[in-house]
Amino acid sequence: MTGVGVVVLTLPQDFVLGDGLEPAPEELQAALEPRFSVVRAGRSRTVRRTWLDTFDWRLHRAGLTLELVTGRGHGQLVLTAAGGERLTEPANGVRWPALATALPPGPVRARLADITEERALLPAVRVVSSVASLRARNADDKTVAWLTVDSSAAAPSRARLPPRLTVAPVRGYQAQADRIAAMLARVSGVEPVRAPQLDAALAAVGRHPGDYTGKIDVELTAGMPARLAVAALLLRLLGTLEANVAGTVRDTDTEFLHDLRVAVRRTRSALKLAGSALPGGLAAEFGPEFKWLGDATTPTRDLDVYLLGYPEMAASLSSATPAELAPFHDYLVARREQERQRLVRALRSRRFQTLATSWRDALTGLTAPRRGGPGKGGTAKGGTAKGGTAEKLASVVIRKAHRRVLTLGGSITDGSPSERLHDLRKRCKELRYALEFFASLCDPAGHQQAVRELKDLQDVLGRFQDCQVQQHEIRQIAAAMGAAGQVPVTALLAMGDLSAQIGRAERRARRQFAARFGEFASDAGRQRFRSLTPGGRP
Amino acid sequence: MRTIATYNIKGGVGKTATAVNLGYLASRDDLRVLLWDLDPQAAATFLLRIKPRVKGGGSALIKGSRELDEAIRGTDFEGLDLLPADFTFRNLDLMLDATKKPTQRLARLLRPLAGAYDMVFLDCPPGISLLSESVLHAADTVLVPLIPTTLSIRTLEQLTEFLSGFAGHTPQLLAFFSMIDRRKRLHREIAERLPAERPDVAKTAIPALSQIEQMAVRRAPVPAFAPRGLAARSYASLWEEVRARAL
Repeated sequence: MTGVGVVVLTLPQDFVLGDGLEPAPEELQAALEPRFSVVRAGRSRTVRRTWLDTFDWRLHRAGLTLELVTGRGHGQLVLTAAGGERLTEPANGVRWPALATALPPGPVRARLADITEERALLPAVRVVSSVASLRARNADDKTVAWLTVDSSAAAPSRARLPPRLTVAPVRGYQAQADRIAAMLARVSGVEPVRAPQLDAALAAVGRHPGDYTGKIDVELTAGMPARLAVAALLLRLLGTLEANVAGTVRDTDTEFLHDLRVAVRRTRSALKLAGSALPGGLAAEFGPEFKWLGDATTPTRDLDVYLLGYPEMAASLSSATPAELAPFHDYLVARREQERQRLVRALRSRRFQTLATSWRDALTGLTAPRRGGPGKGGTAKGGTAKGGTAEKLASVVIRKAHRRVLTLGGSITDGSPSERLHDLRKRCKELRYALEFFASLCDPAGHQQAVRELKDLQDVLGRFQDCQVQQHEIRQIAAAMGAAGQVPVTALLAMGDLSAQIGRAERRARRQFAARFGEFASDAGRQRFRSLTPGGRP
Repeated sequence: MRTIATYNIKGGVGKTATAVNLGYLASRDDLRVLLWDLDPQAAATFLLRIKPRVKGGGSALIKGSRELDEAIRGTDFEGLDLLPADFTFRNLDLMLDATKKPTQRLARLLRPLAGAYDMVFLDCPPGISLLSESVLHAADTVLVPLIPTTLSIRTLEQLTEFLSGFAGHTPQLLAFFSMIDRRKRLHREIAERLPAERPDVAKTAIPALSQIEQMAVRRAPVPAFAPRGLAARSYASLWEEVRARAL
């Protein structure tokens, strides 16, 4: 067997065993005779397995599973790719959740870092397994493979998973282990594994891989009442918002707040663009509460953006060194913590609890089946959208949001004040959200192209806005640090250098705007938007 | 990664048994251990039930056309891997002679394994040759099993003198008495006197026991098949001393 902790790529083979089939060594021996013999290797041992992934299942989407296996005092990370390749590495002393950069250096960390990026790895599900090990030996009585029979139960529900048999080659004996696996595969009730054990473990606790996504995956139908379509979208957004509260409060990683904030912004845009489809007063009643919530998230997120881009910014200094900028970094970290505490108080407040509960009640009241015809909000009184279909609403909302972008963007010249670009950025976001809300009602190819073109325009506007916010922040922070005293002159000079770098990036973004908007507002682009929904097609 | 060579100019003094048993005990201490069987007789390879064959032979390993990593085999014991011997190892001297800086060659070949193993045991053939010189240059510690006879002790002095001529890296020398027959007065006297006189002689002595000879029948380290016997206890005690000095 390979050494403890040696990083080795092996190709083990896993089988799932039919009900009640936990084979005795003699049964396995019978399947492998006369070429191989099977002997028990010590007593069964208890192993704890924790599957790790990011909250948004980045490893699962990349076809990888990551297990933390603990037993006999050791912790070992096992990274398995879809093809069966397996990388193992010791992982003692890592506290979970953890960013990939917190793992011990080595191939596992190298493989994970680019996939997880700023997202933390956190436990998805845990199982406790009783593992019986057997040696498969060749004619020289040399162990060439380890057979392990694994009987697991999910924690804490104790729901049992189908037992598994794994054939793991001893280093240098892959071919013989493959032969053993092929012989065992012919035994009745021994089936090759079709899905990772993670799937069974998750199913045992009522979950499934990929059960969280920040995307709006609501399937609308063209003929459904607009009111129901909007309520379904808003309920989905509320689900996303609530799913990200715990991670934001615990500060598990920066993207919980990001997703929470996006859910709030989308909710506000939906109320603004399609709120007329809801019963009277609902949008007006909840709109200000979501604005309060959105505003509460802004300072922390702005500082997150700053800190996430900080290494790149520090590396781009021209006349100062990154070390000279360190006091600025420390200040950002301290301010972020202060702002985060404020945000946590907001998320734990009665006001937030009331907002979430009453909003859910209001929306579920709309989607619940009604007795005796239209109920609350069901009576269409004027207004195109209120009594219309989802398709009609999509057409109206997308057309209106598109027109606003074209009108405002078309009026911006090189001499226009920055605020006009900020306004345009907001209008573009609304259009983007409108496209996301009604994606299931749009022509897929046209929708994809429209989103791509809009995204190009948003990227330029986003860079411009971020640069402006950051320049403003630097000036404010420099003043605050100066007022607090004890700020080294070298730090202020480095911040000046940084401000100049950001200023150059801002001017670059501004120069790029006209060309990007021109592409977006071209005749072909306009035609594409008109053809997105059946209601908008000529 | 620490490298320990079991070496003696004389043959049949217990080098292989020492390398296999201490390698096993090191792996039981959660160290990642590689044992390289450099002896064309392939005794360590036989004891660990592995075929004495390396693809491309010793020449491919020494020239570097085949990575050591590819030739490594897992043993039946967790944490203990083996780089098997091959009959072509009888010509390792000639192969080394054809390389640049032959005495540094083994150290250079082992360097890429530093991240994968905590400890490497080099089980050397007897004699003084270019291979043994290369082994002595690669080792951090040289373990010398001695049979307590006057002639045997003379070889220790010869080796000490040889190592004193090394420029730069010089391995630590640690001799110990092996195959002691307590019935022989000379054995008893030398085994008691020398550790008191020389700090490079271990206090632990390994007796001549049939359990150690049984290794060839059981094809396993003594502590794996007779963990409570005198032989296993003696090797455990030796390992404690080696570990304290080598790590």
